Amino acid sequence: MKVRDALLDELAQHTIDDKPYWFRLDRRDFLKLFGGGLLVCLADVSTWAQESGRNFGGHELPKDIASWLHIAADGRVTVFTGKVEVGQNIRTSLAQQVAEELRVPFDTITMVMGDTDLVPWDAGTFGSRTTPTMGPQLRTMAAAARDMLIETAAARWKVDPATLTAADAKVTNPRNGHSLTYGELTRGEKLMKTVSGEVALTPASDWKVAGTAVPKVNGRDFVTGKHKYPSDIVRPGMMFGKVLRPAGFNATLVSVDTSGAEKISGAKVVQDGNFIAVAAADASTAKSALSALRATWNVPAQPSNKELFALLKQPPATQQEDRGPEHVSGSVPQAMASAPIQLHQQYTVQYIAHAPLEPRAAVAEWVNGKLTVWTGTQRPFGVRDELMAAFHIPVEQVRVIQPDMGSGYGGKHTGEAAVEAARLAKATGKPVKVVWTREEEFTWAYFRPAGLIEISSGAQHDGTLVAWEHHNYNSGPAAITTPYNVANQLIQFHPANSPLRQGSYRSLAATANHFARESHMDEVAHAVGMDPLEFRMKNLSDPRLRAVFQAAAEKFGWSGSKSTSQRGFGIAGGTDKGGYVATCVEVEINPDKKIKIRRVVQAWESGAIVNPDGLRNQVGGAIVQAIGGALFESIQFANGRILNPHFAQYRVPRFSDTPQIEIVLIDRKDLPSAGAGESGIVGLAPAVGNAIYAATGTRLRNMPMALPSAASGETVSMFRS
Amino acid sequence: MADFVLKVNGTELHVSAPADESLLFVLRDRLNLTGTKYGCGEGQCGACTVLLDGKPARSCITPASGAAGTNITTIEGLEQNGQVSPVQQAFLEEGAFQCGYCTSGMVLSATALLRKTPHPTDEQIVAHMDGNICRCGTYPRIIDAVKRASQSPAKAGGQ
Repeated sequence: MKVRDALLDELAQHTIDDKPYWFRLDRRDFLKLFGGGLLVCLADVSTWAQESGRNFGGHELPKDIASWLHIAADGRVTVFTGKVEVGQNIRTSLAQQVAEELRVPFDTITMVMGDTDLVPWDAGTFGSRTTPTMGPQLRTMAAAARDMLIETAAARWKVDPATLTAADAKVTNPRNGHSLTYGELTRGEKLMKTVSGEVALTPASDWKVAGTAVPKVNGRDFVTGKHKYPSDIVRPGMMFGKVLRPAGFNATLVSVDTSGAEKISGAKVVQDGNFIAVAAADASTAKSALSALRATWNVPAQPSNKELFALLKQPPATQQEDRGPEHVSGSVPQAMASAPIQLHQQYTVQYIAHAPLEPRAAVAEWVNGKLTVWTGTQRPFGVRDELMAAFHIPVEQVRVIQPDMGSGYGGKHTGEAAVEAARLAKATGKPVKVVWTREEEFTWAYFRPAGLIEISSGAQHDGTLVAWEHHNYNSGPAAITTPYNVANQLIQFHPANSPLRQGSYRSLAATANHFARESHMDEVAHAVGMDPLEFRMKNLSDPRLRAVFQAAAEKFGWSGSKSTSQRGFGIAGGTDKGGYVATCVEVEINPDKKIKIRRVVQAWESGAIVNPDGLRNQVGGAIVQAIGGALFESIQFANGRILNPHFAQYRVPRFSDTPQIEIVLIDRKDLPSAGAGESGIVGLAPAVGNAIYAATGTRLRNMPMALPSAASGETVSMFRS
Repeated sequence: MADFVLKVNGTELHVSAPADESLLFVLRDRLNLTGTKYGCGEGQCGACTVLLDGKPARSCITPASGAAGTNITTIEGLEQNGQVSPVQQAFLEEGAFQCGYCTSGMVLSATALLRKTPHPTDEQIVAHMDGNICRCGTYPRIIDAVKRASQSPAKAGGQ
């Protein structure tokens, strides 16, 4: 799939409408803000202009400016980007890349991120796009700035720029030892340059700052509690808001009695259509006022988990765009007709919740008609658009600021809390903070889509795959195509009417599609009587995927692993968003049939490594998060209500669920760096399922997986078929 | 409303709040100590962990008035003379966080463990810390950080 399509797919998963605005900031005013120095703006460069396209969710990426960089007279470097830091460590890794190209010490760089008044428009932080797109953009700007500084020095010294070198924030003439710091070169200047051409970038093999394990920027603020997350923001005179939630999804308000709440001293009740909320000077009073509201709702009858997959298989009632097959080659029916080994299987994944530890939060403030909102979001400009639409105000009157937040995993693309806080702030004339409760976050956010996947395959006795048909209902098209060599293929995603609000989740449907594909590959391997790794390799020519399989298998000791009824070994792998992953797991089957993952070895390759420590952290975190979806996470719902909206009922991975994890990183300095925040999640679930089969002979095709005869216990899924 | 005195990080602070208001919200909203985090409001995630007389407590289910008379330690109270505690230092050295939202609770839970058990085994660390959720999944690094802190010459028990 083309990159642009993948981005559009991700944006298409949003429940909100994307409004066609972007703010063209006046660059001259902007330079005035700094009072001088060198400001470098990145102009349209063909490689990413092509990616952004003209119909990017209704937006056109700003053609003249994608990002900018300022060098002040004191040598401080400030970089402006619309990307946001949510724990994936890009505040550090992007600064490393700027330091590398600009030839300055890492700690002279400040990243300004996700403030819609200060940074260029950006679609959002998702899709593992920061490293492959923003990384090269910032590197290009930094390299161009370095060249300009060299040219400035050359002009002053009246020498050929080619004879000068730049290092450690200085330009030096090696012939006479003269040097000028960047600050000295920009002092008193008001230089503004727009970079428009291709600039030669430093190859990864020569990196000195990029490619190293620089610790997290401001890590100290995170271990001392000083860092201010969105929910920590305090404004003078701030009130606390609570929103009355309907009794169920798609409910209509029959009546509401606000008199009890209005009697509570200090509480302000706001009703605007179906929006009913309270604000008070402290959270306790707001909570009391909320519980004093008496509302009657009409909640229509709605589906539950029981009929979920039958429902997803039905054609959507509203005609959605038929995108056709993702891939067709040869003839599957003909190939199947003559294949000696044929398999047809169904796989399912449930809705799961992102459950970021910091729930949705926002502080909103109106000053002279201008709205400023501090909120946790992966799409500050998307939230700005939501606020503009909600309050019918022009772009100049909204500013969204995104403090580094308590994560998102794809779950914070929307601005619900921002709109709610802004509505209350407008009504009260005071800044208002709204922080969702855990139950609200579990109920009124959105979910990773549930999905039904059907795979039919045909193989020869020697293990050659000849036919592959893969249909995904509802969960999504990400990583739906097979990396294996199969002459006859039909691969298609089928949109469905989701009974629950759904949206992006780390890796999108790549998790579901890999679970189905890699489980099925294991089934075919067993059907032809081949070792699962050998079978994969026989049908695989992609050298990068082969390399991670080999690396994982070697580190794990795959060839010597013999499963028993209590201990199973499984392998799975795949590729998405430029990352290549292979995962080997060892599971233990307890006497009561509970599953315990003992050991995971995961090999990962995503081109040149920008920060090996950050990368290792992301890959390890993805493995741990994957355990939840594999073994126990599942949203239970009925009649418009979520039945398990608490951590006591919705189990997420904990210390005691964490296996021994070994990560093998392959550093391909000869290849561009790809994003690594997501795809590390896709290998675990199928590897676990394959290991369970190896131990027990029972094939589990439904996530979360649990053995049928397990005694009631935490790992047992209610939803196995 | 009730008036009471809380001793937080060695300082006595006068508080006026409803008697049943949680310690978490008193700390965050009335005393502006926002290092202690809300994660679930029902003692299930550990993000709100503080120490009461050195023992870990979930501040979200602890009425603030009930904490009067104890020595309350929050994440803001671990630094001494500008120096982070051995546990904080170990978290930094191991890079034992991603978004960092769980870190305050993790650091305080680990601090309490090391006071009680200066050289815990992996099993003891897991058992003690299992009520603290890191949704980013950095558990292995946190275990390594606790072990690193346990080997610190400065000893975590002294904060």
